Amino acid sequence: MRLNKVAKSLVVAIPMFALAACGSTSTVDQDSQQTNQAVEQNDTIVTAPVEKELTPAEKQRLVLQELRKEHIIYFDFDTASVSSTFAALLDAHAAYLRNNTGATVLVEGHADERGTPEYNIALGERRGKAVAKYLEGLGVNASQIETVSYGEEKPLDNSRTEAGFSKNRRAVLVY
Amino acid sequence: MKLLTKLLCICGAVVSLSSHAALDIVITEGVDSARKIAVVPFKWLGTGPRPSPISDVVASDLRFSGRFSPTGKFSMPQTPAFSKDIDYQAWLPTQIEAMVIGTIKPYSDGRYIVGFELIDVLRGQVTGGKAQMLNGGQLVSSNDHILESRETVISATEFRQYGHRISDIVYEKLTGDRGAFRTKIAYVLVDRANPKYKYRLMIADFDGHNETEILRSKEPLMSPSWSPDGTKLAYASFENRRQQIFIQDIYTQKREKVSSYRGINSAPKWSPDGKSLAIVLSKDGNPDVYTLHLATQKLTRITKNRAIDTEPSWSPDGKNLLFTSERGGKPQIYQVNLQSKRISRVTFEGEMNLGGSYIPNNDQIVVVNRTRGKYHIAKQALKFGSLQVLTKTRLDESPSIAPNGSMVIYGTMHRGKQVLGLVSIDGRFKARLPVSEGEVKAPAWSPFIF
Repeated sequence: MRLNKVAKSLVVAIPMFALAACGSTSTVDQDSQQTNQAVEQNDTIVTAPVEKELTPAEKQRLVLQELRKEHIIYFDFDTASVSSTFAALLDAHAAYLRNNTGATVLVEGHADERGTPEYNIALGERRGKAVAKYLEGLGVNASQIETVSYGEEKPLDNSRTEAGFSKNRRAVLVY
Repeated sequence: MKLLTKLLCICGAVVSLSSHAALDIVITEGVDSARKIAVVPFKWLGTGPRPSPISDVVASDLRFSGRFSPTGKFSMPQTPAFSKDIDYQAWLPTQIEAMVIGTIKPYSDGRYIVGFELIDVLRGQVTGGKAQMLNGGQLVSSNDHILESRETVISATEFRQYGHRISDIVYEKLTGDRGAFRTKIAYVLVDRANPKYKYRLMIADFDGHNETEILRSKEPLMSPSWSPDGTKLAYASFENRRQQIFIQDIYTQKREKVSSYRGINSAPKWSPDGKSLAIVLSKDGNPDVYTLHLATQKLTRITKNRAIDTEPSWSPDGKNLLFTSERGGKPQIYQVNLQSKRISRVTFEGEMNLGGSYIPNNDQIVVVNRTRGKYHIAKQALKFGSLQVLTKTRLDESPSIAPNGSMVIYGTMHRGKQVLGLVSIDGRFKARLPVSEGEVKAPAWSPFIF
């Protein structure tokens, strides 16, 4: 199993959340003690909260939240090969899909505005499929992946500059 | 006083143009070789306000064809309303070949009688309009300088349409070719600022007037294609979060989903006999060209290749398809015979050629050519032709040819916005149809409707 930076950082991030939660509990505790002292004359009892441990579903939601922040793979002009720059990102998504076989992902393929709209639909599909194949190569079940090509119809950047074009040549993982 | 009237006429024309035109044509280049013609403002013979200026429609139509150069009103030595009033000697220095003159009279029920004459000015200059011929042993006036003379009753809403009708008659009389001024265009209007319906499918007269919405969607719309009878459009829609092909009757609004296979369902093109669509599907692995027989839903695979095959376009006789293929490395145009399935490569020049279509009655094709990174509209002979680039902008796409082969409408960029451009088939005349809001793409020129 290939572990990578994003997945590692997530593994680190989740206990950090838990730690932070513990810290906040003690703060609440101190506050409530102060409150307790301040209002002692009126109240004889005070309740204090206990931080609940994360359920598997909640952990999954947190992982997904992180995955949604990094879900775009960019491509060079007129190509559909996945650059190694995105290996870590795709590893994290693949890990999630492997661990949650009930989850599905939609891979949207997009092209820049150069060339004809119909050719760009074909190019967008090729990009979407390249990402799907990559995920399958990492052990994700093909039935968990759907692809759709929007060609040049949904650009991220409308500037029609080289920088804009490179933002539009992309595949987007949508959960 | 006369000058003042002329000025008022022009102001009136400008106001009425901008009041119902979402698209306005801006001429970007003129033509030196165009034939000189005078479209004299039609004389209003009624009382009260002058109805909309029908002669302006005729003049702009003839200009858009690229084959005529209508004279400005201020350069006219006189503004005759009847052929008997023409002073041919006065027109001699203007080098005008032909003249359209006419009158508008009130008729009952708010309708009008529009009369017009098409004059061969050169013949008139020779005969002074007094040529005679023998008829039943008698010499009578032959009026052989009058090429056409008609009178028709129209309603107030038919002015533009009747103007296009006059243009068609004038164009055919003077060139021998059928005019395409009563045709329509379909296109997709994208307004990314619209919070709800960003994508709209529109129909307008070929010059952008009478813009009408026939569909709006939250998801992209693509590739409208007209049925040969001009009553239906096929197009691709993403309304169900995947690409599907629909047919919509533009009059009854009836919609029908005709293709919804797994993967791409794109680039529908109606066959000349109206019975089939050529479409692109990727259900068998990668994009290939298929034909779909509409009555039987029978699907026939036309291309079978590991590379991208897309953008089918029918030959006028319905026996061949042009398509774009990457089978040679970069996209180029190929032709396939539907009977024999034999495939031949058509384009060789430039880094890429895409989006090919046949020019009617003339063994030539129009393509999108990429050379040194720029995408231009170009044409070449179907066999062994060299490529002639027609446009100069850098991101041109989606060319669609007028049914008489005289003009091409295409998508292009202007000031960072996607707009429609028009270019005459010889590349000499160009015009732009900008919009006030949003971007316009995927133009499709209708067949002859009338």
